Amino acid sequence: MVKEEQPESVNRPDNTAFTQQRLPAWQPMLSAGIIIPGFVLIGLAFIGIGVALFVTSRSIQMLEMDYTGYEQNSPCFKCSDESVKNCMCNLDFNIDTLFKGPVFFYYGLSNYFQNFRRYGVSKDLDQLSGDMDAFLDPTSDCAPYQYDGNNKPIVPCGAVANSMFNDTFKLYQIVKGVKKLVPLDGKGIAWWTDYNIKYRNPTVKPLKNAFNGTVKPLNWPKPAYELDPSDPANNGFINQDFLVWLRTAALPNFSKLYRRITEGDYAEGLPAGNYSLEIAYNYPVLSFDGRKKVVFSNVSWMGGKNEFLGIAYLVIGSMCVVMSIVMLIVYAKFKFPEED
Amino acid sequence: MARESEEPTKKKKKKKKKSRENKKTRSVLPNTRSKHDDDDAEPNRGCADNKIKTTKYTVLSFLPKNLFEQFHRFANVYFVFIALLNFVPVVNAFQPELALAPVVFILSVTAIKDLWEDFRRHRSDTEINHLDCLVFSRVERGYVEKFWKEVRVGDFVRLRCNEIVPADVLLLSSSDPDRLCHIETATLDGETNLKQRQVVRSFFDLDCDFNPLKYNSVIECEKPNNDLNRFRGYIIHGNGRRDALYKENLLLRGCTVRNTEEAVGIVIYAGHETKAMLNNNGPRYKRSKLERQMNVDVFWCVLILLVMCLFTAVGHGLWMFQYGDKRPVFDVLSPQGTDMSPIMSAIYLFLTMIIVFQVLIPISLFVSIEIVKICQVFFIHQDLDLYDEDTDSHLQCRALNITEDLGQMQYIFSDKTGTLTDNKMVFRRCTVAGVEYSHDANAKRLAMYQEMDSEEEECTSHGGTLPRRDSVSSHHSATAPPVVLRSHSTKSHRRTGSRAEAKRASILSKHTAFSSPMEKDITPDPQLLNKVNECSSQMDLLRFHSQPMSQLPSDLADIIDFFIALTVCNTVVVSSPNQPRHKVRVRFELKSPVKTIEDFIKRFTPSRLTSGSNSSSSSSLVTNRSSNRGCSSVLSSPSADSTLTKLEEEAMMSHSGLDHAFSPAPLCYDGKSWDQEEGELRYEAESPDEAALVYAAKAYKCSLVGRLPDQVTVELPHLGKLNFELLHTLGFDSTRKRMSVVVRHPLTDQITVYTKGADSVIMDLIKPPNTGNSKGKRQKKLVYRTQNYLNQYAADGLRTLCIAKKILTKEEYACWLQRHLEAETAIQGREELLFESALRLENNLQLLGATGIEDRLQDGVPETIASLRQAGLQIWVLTGDKQETAVNIAYACKLLDPEEEILTLNADSQESCALLLEESLHYIQAKFFCSSTEQAAKNFHPANLAPFDIYQPSSLSSSSSSSSHSTPFVVHRLGLVIDGRTLAFALDKSLEDKFLAVARSCRSVLCCRSTPLQKSMVVKLVRNKLKVMTLAIGDGANDVSMIQVADVGVGISGQEGMQAVMASDFALPRFRNLQKLLLVHGHWCYSRLANMILYFFYKNAMFVALIFWYQFYCGFSGSAMIDQWYLIFFNLMFSAFPQLITATLDKDVSAETLQQLPQLYMTGQNSEEYKPYMFWMNMIDAFYQSLVCFFIPYFAYADSNVDLFTWGTPITTIALLTILLHLGVETKTWTWMNWLSILFSVMLFFTVALCYNASCPTCYSPSNPYWTMQRLLQEPVFYLLCIITPVAALLPRYFYRSCQGSLFPSPVQVGRQLDRLPTETRRNILSLSKMKAESPLAHKTHFLSLAKERSSFSCSMTAGTNHSLASQRDEEADRRKPPPTLSDTTVGFYTEAEAPPYTKDPPPESEQQLAPPTAECPDQNASTPLLTHTHSVQLTLPPTGGSRCVKYTRNQEERLDHENVMLHTPQAPLATA
Repeated sequence: MVKEEQPESVNRPDNTAFTQQRLPAWQPMLSAGIIIPGFVLIGLAFIGIGVALFVTSRSIQMLEMDYTGYEQNSPCFKCSDESVKNCMCNLDFNIDTLFKGPVFFYYGLSNYFQNFRRYGVSKDLDQLSGDMDAFLDPTSDCAPYQYDGNNKPIVPCGAVANSMFNDTFKLYQIVKGVKKLVPLDGKGIAWWTDYNIKYRNPTVKPLKNAFNGTVKPLNWPKPAYELDPSDPANNGFINQDFLVWLRTAALPNFSKLYRRITEGDYAEGLPAGNYSLEIAYNYPVLSFDGRKKVVFSNVSWMGGKNEFLGIAYLVIGSMCVVMSIVMLIVYAKFKFPEED
Repeated sequence: MARESEEPTKKKKKKKKKSRENKKTRSVLPNTRSKHDDDDAEPNRGCADNKIKTTKYTVLSFLPKNLFEQFHRFANVYFVFIALLNFVPVVNAFQPELALAPVVFILSVTAIKDLWEDFRRHRSDTEINHLDCLVFSRVERGYVEKFWKEVRVGDFVRLRCNEIVPADVLLLSSSDPDRLCHIETATLDGETNLKQRQVVRSFFDLDCDFNPLKYNSVIECEKPNNDLNRFRGYIIHGNGRRDALYKENLLLRGCTVRNTEEAVGIVIYAGHETKAMLNNNGPRYKRSKLERQMNVDVFWCVLILLVMCLFTAVGHGLWMFQYGDKRPVFDVLSPQGTDMSPIMSAIYLFLTMIIVFQVLIPISLFVSIEIVKICQVFFIHQDLDLYDEDTDSHLQCRALNITEDLGQMQYIFSDKTGTLTDNKMVFRRCTVAGVEYSHDANAKRLAMYQEMDSEEEECTSHGGTLPRRDSVSSHHSATAPPVVLRSHSTKSHRRTGSRAEAKRASILSKHTAFSSPMEKDITPDPQLLNKVNECSSQMDLLRFHSQPMSQLPSDLADIIDFFIALTVCNTVVVSSPNQPRHKVRVRFELKSPVKTIEDFIKRFTPSRLTSGSNSSSSSSLVTNRSSNRGCSSVLSSPSADSTLTKLEEEAMMSHSGLDHAFSPAPLCYDGKSWDQEEGELRYEAESPDEAALVYAAKAYKCSLVGRLPDQVTVELPHLGKLNFELLHTLGFDSTRKRMSVVVRHPLTDQITVYTKGADSVIMDLIKPPNTGNSKGKRQKKLVYRTQNYLNQYAADGLRTLCIAKKILTKEEYACWLQRHLEAETAIQGREELLFESALRLENNLQLLGATGIEDRLQDGVPETIASLRQAGLQIWVLTGDKQETAVNIAYACKLLDPEEEILTLNADSQESCALLLEESLHYIQAKFFCSSTEQAAKNFHPANLAPFDIYQPSSLSSSSSSSSHSTPFVVHRLGLVIDGRTLAFALDKSLEDKFLAVARSCRSVLCCRSTPLQKSMVVKLVRNKLKVMTLAIGDGANDVSMIQVADVGVGISGQEGMQAVMASDFALPRFRNLQKLLLVHGHWCYSRLANMILYFFYKNAMFVALIFWYQFYCGFSGSAMIDQWYLIFFNLMFSAFPQLITATLDKDVSAETLQQLPQLYMTGQNSEEYKPYMFWMNMIDAFYQSLVCFFIPYFAYADSNVDLFTWGTPITTIALLTILLHLGVETKTWTWMNWLSILFSVMLFFTVALCYNASCPTCYSPSNPYWTMQRLLQEPVFYLLCIITPVAALLPRYFYRSCQGSLFPSPVQVGRQLDRLPTETRRNILSLSKMKAESPLAHKTHFLSLAKERSSFSCSMTAGTNHSLASQRDEEADRRKPPPTLSDTTVGFYTEAEAPPYTKDPPPESEQQLAPPTAECPDQNASTPLLTHTHSVQLTLPPTGGSRCVKYTRNQEERLDHENVMLHTPQAPLATA
């Protein structure tokens, strides 16, 4: 028995808190003492946030105008017929009080499924990042807008580019019967990363040469390198309108930023008065029962006008409070014998 | 041995080769006969070589084979199909390569696991293949070292002491003087005693060393098979003589040669054809109940998926259709530029949607479950409470994938011996020649051990003189593999079982089995001791005067015969304590005093009848050799402690042993030194009973001092050492239930048969006493008395054995011998012939006496059974023991309650069994009526709302009603005892339903005298018919079939070897460990896994539903706002870790509470954590939550300029947060790991998202969410959404949980609340509730108050005949409506049945008159103490039709009568009524 101290228990498990499943643990107990105050606190906090959001959202000014021309009396009715080319129509409106700037000018489409799966896929990222190889051989994702009837590659290929929104707007303030052009800022409407990193024109100078041997998208009146004749830096794949269009909307009713009103007399916002919006009506939407609209809005710290979030916070917050009251009543009635 | 010319052999060889393919036998030729040593000329080419390869794969075949195997799992095929579908351009949804990622990930994880396992196998294979052994080489003309893998069939191998046998070897020569080789088979069957193997008989006489070159025989034997206990064949010598081969001639691969310096044999089976390898089947894979349930829900998920896809497809078709021929600008035409019809579009979309929604089928669920189970197994392994100090063994999980089944058990089937009891057989008392010797002192001694046990367990097992040297060296071996010999032993273990088992076996082997001091130190009864002394001195006197022994008074003769029988009639091997593995060689001639020399001469001079079958070798030669061997074994004894030195010494020893063999030095034992050691002889027995009896005889100075195959040496007081020539041993088998030895009595020179066996068989074989003379009368009286005592022993819970003898005349013996030899040499049907031969011998016996051996209960068995029963488990005990013993053990371990009634079913024909069952059913139904109303009343009791009352009646009744599908049976306070014969009838197809109906309503069932097959049939019946979860627990080979049949098999790694452990899913050290294993680990495993699976379904459904809602806003086009990366890795990475942590660590209730409130176990039995409706509740919750998570961002971003992924990313984030918080609501215990894992998950998501969104502006078509996350993080709306949405989504669940948890908590929740209380208060409450719930069935006080009436009632039942009883019962049944189900019982019933008329009815007058005059109830005081409170219900049949019912009564007189009749007509038992 001298050897008793030898390691006699080779199989003996370790006696640690982990192996014996004795790790210190917090056991949250759903007891009245914790739940009711907890719910009340959460509810009150939510109500507070909700009120703040709601007030903020209320302070945002927004002006929405449909110009589809669906109704007979609407100014753009004449343009709603697809056979009419280069149709122009004017939308007159007036603003009662100062529309605080910076004012954002959106166009909106309804019932337009930019999130349609095959549509969203139908573009060639290589092409759009200036890869010349992809110019002549666009990805098959673009099909059927990959090659034209003469088997020439389309640049930019794909359905997204092909269906680019091409209505243009000019805003005039009517000051004493005279149309005064409101300067619209077309820079910086797209994401900074899209403009500077993600999409790029080929390095070929002039840009036109890069497009040799290719054709413009079928629906486009002008090739990509001539999108904005006024600003050479706004052409090709880094045209801001094109970039905005490329960022496909999540939902079928969407709006896209068209211009910002930040310059000149209108830097502080749109003063009260009469305005006229001159629309070059090119984009047909009635065939699929779509609608077009323009939106003027300013923004707050929480983004555009949206009352939903504030209301949601208020509702959830008050639900928490109501639940805690219900529980309080229940506990009072069937007191749980906790002190047994 | 004559040599033969080459030609005939060659011819034979050719013939053999030709016929080898279609022959049923294998013939083995020695490899020495081939001309060349190259492989082509090898004569035994058709046989496998000794190289083993247990790996599944090779380098080349790994990939295809593994993939092939993985694709057997349907889920994998499905996921690969989806991934491949993604490569089809029309339907693809994701980047095709990316879609492969999850499948590849899952497949590769599994493949890596398989590869690692296979590599480990490969490594150990190589190790084993490169072990060395000595193989005879024809070229070298001697033995050369070869690797194991080079050994071939037909090779001669030389084995040295402590070497491991490399293949199945036929023993041809041994250095042992008796031509024996001792092997240790612990690695094969775990039995720790040494086994003897004999040299093939024809090589027995070889006086010089075996020379392989001279060997020219052919061996014909069976084809390789996996039966370890069978080997048949014969050897054809050169001269055409045939000799039979037995399993005693075969050394099996993996065994260790012990106690024998050298042995030579020829390889018969090699490599994978060895019996050990054929027996080695890998771990078992079972599918747990939870997984079966889960698979149903997976199927539902598939259905939901299809419905969703179909819905979307139809929606898409309609959406397309509404535009008619006018295609809108955003609709993309087919690549060919042509229109796609809405229908075609819809069909393509259907496939696309399957890809998009694939996440709904949880691909990672299977992998996660496996990981969690491995962790669970780890924790179970680690539990200190499941570790047994005494044997240094802990629980082993052998089946890795059914841990959660442990939490759902409903029935436990337990073996008795070795499982409930210790299997430590202790001699308690005996009766010899009709006189009982009560051994009071011995009983006191045992009582003392009992106390010691409970106080200080370790003392008994470690105490004594057990040498620790062996264990030490084996520890060394575990850490020092380069040591050759010892590493053999550890390596080879793996072949037959896990390493841990092997280790355990080697540790076990340091003890001699069955030799704790408790078993050894028997206090003799002084009276009997005196008689033995007197007797032997008289015999000595008689011998001295050379008078015949028959002059001895017959009772004294019986006494001495009794002890000689105890000593001789067994297979115990004697070894000395210093050299536990070295046989003690006591040659009569060497050590006995001179006075016996004459006897010796006398003994060997008479004509011997053995006719060359046994040792016909000249005794002088044997003497010489054994003296030399004796020396060498003395030399080897002081071996050093360290393995290395020991090894060297052993190597040296083997040489020196050889040298000594030829040196004439007559160094040997002398009698004196022997006598000093004598007190410490160690007995190695195959069964504990044998050891107990030998130790008992030793206490009476009648000790076994040596056993050789042909002789047994017994030392008797006054007489000294007597040498019994052992003519035959007819071993024990379970059909005969007895063993016999045929010896030549040295004093009387008579051929005597000593038989020892179960009393039921022996009593039938007793020679009917001739009542004419006084001797016959005495015999008859002896038999009666012995039977009487036997019953008494049985009533005390002792195991009884009868000892008998028979004296054969030489003629009788010669006659028997001739036929026996024929049987022995027969090849066909040898077993049957031997059996018949044994029957011919074992008859007309003369009863000597009987012994009572106590089989002690293990520690904590009653407590364990009580708490398991509280946990709602039905416990059945299936034992091979006889009824009385079993019943008493059942009382002792609280399986049967003295207060409950016992139905005893004993029938001996199909019809009577049917009748009995019918009767019992009626009886139970009558009873059922009362108790069910009681339960209903209990349900109505207002106190039900109290927190601790909820367990007892309601949960119990719901458990029984839910587990039974047909009729709601209630478990009664009834015990059922059934014997093996009746069980055989009851298990018949026609009766099994009735039997089950009876058995299931009894609280405990005891099946006695059941065979292993019956055990498994019972388990199978219960499992299949009742659709319940069964657990079988046992320790011996006879439990193996039962263990395999049950849903969960548990082996007790006790003393009876490893067979049960090998067959089991879990191996426990002790029975009491079952409590924690089931109640704590089972509960935890079940609840953890159930919650995890539910959570998995929820998680996937919730995530997928988000995309589904989106389909309404994208023209059902299969668009997903969630980026493909998030979609695919969400399950695999972002949300995987917290749930794994929770599923491994979460404890819904603490271990202490679970053990103290076993009722909590019912949660698992009723599958309360995972019910079908829960799946749907989870689905509904998932859809609700996804609605919230979808529409809050939807409205928040409605009509804005948000783009697809800028909108989708917040939704993903919100979904992740919601899912994690949901897990948080479900997590009961939060350790730092839970916190960490959740934090990690969130961090991981943001890190991956930020990296991914910043990494490549133009990759990841089609989504390409460049810089999205970065922009989102700057927007306040994102944070606002992240706060409100999870709260809104989880509000209902949280509200429900908190209301439910405090208003109507589940038992588990109450348990959890208990956990939070301070320990002091908790203990008080628990002890309070324990009292209340002591026995869940005894909850009604008024039920107990009826006990008195009940007892009288049952007494009358006992006494009465069943005629009136049955009719009365029928009347009762008619008068009542059918038994009300639990649901429709009302208070009205309760009042009506408050005093159940059935029990109140005074028994009819006629019945009382019919009762025997000896009223049994008042008689109770006189009965044995254990039975005092028993009210047994006897269901007896009319005495007609030969049916009988063994009454289980306390009336001594009556029983005697009963037995009396039984003895006279053993074949036609009768009914006592």
